[in-house]
Amino acid sequence: MAETKKLSIIAFSGDFDKLTAVFTLGTGAAAVGYEVNIFFTFWGLDAIKQKKGRSFTGGNWLTKIFGFMMGGLSVTPTSRFNFFGAGPKIFRYLMRKNNVATLEELVEAAKVLGINLYACEMAMHVLGLKKEDFIPEVKDVLGVASFLNLSEGGQTLFI
Amino acid sequence: MTFVKTKIELSRLQPGDILEVLLSEGEPLDNVPRNAKEQGYNVIGVEHVEGTTHKVIIRK
Repeated sequence: MAETKKLSIIAFSGDFDKLTAVFTLGTGAAAVGYEVNIFFTFWGLDAIKQKKGRSFTGGNWLTKIFGFMMGGLSVTPTSRFNFFGAGPKIFRYLMRKNNVATLEELVEAAKVLGINLYACEMAMHVLGLKKEDFIPEVKDVLGVASFLNLSEGGQTLFI
Repeated sequence: MTFVKTKIELSRLQPGDILEVLLSEGEPLDNVPRNAKEQGYNVIGVEHVEGTTHKVIIRK
């Protein structure tokens, strides 16, 4: 096993709880000196959208529907117990009450700690998203081969 | 997460500046001084404030 302190995470899921895990792992590793790469694909692209809230993105009516359904971090559902949107609100309340960082704080920490954020080219095309739709901190748009190259020598997680 | 925030604050300081971190006993109290030392920061002191709150003093 290689000993480089590198962690690469494939962020496939767009759920509130799973994205919290992605950013907790990423910022935790970065804080102790790991090089961290996060590859956002499919539902994960929801986490790096620039526009707050729901919007109709993309060229045709199907992508517009997805753009509306995937409204970014502020409306992302939990993978279980979503209860029509009550889930994330309940968890955010519990997290704040226990002084645990919220998802938005974790994303800000990720940017400050210099975590490399990448968007998946294939998923972007399918969902009708362009690089301009993402936050400026996204380093690049990549495919699988490039990402595998980047993650060489470290650990890779799929969330 | 405590160490993440500590690290972020430390990165904003000038060398020689001092950071006081208020944290809970248990994992944060174990983690923060150890990780700060590993990262090359100078842990000047660890004090008990009150109840379960402690203070870690770090110099960049």
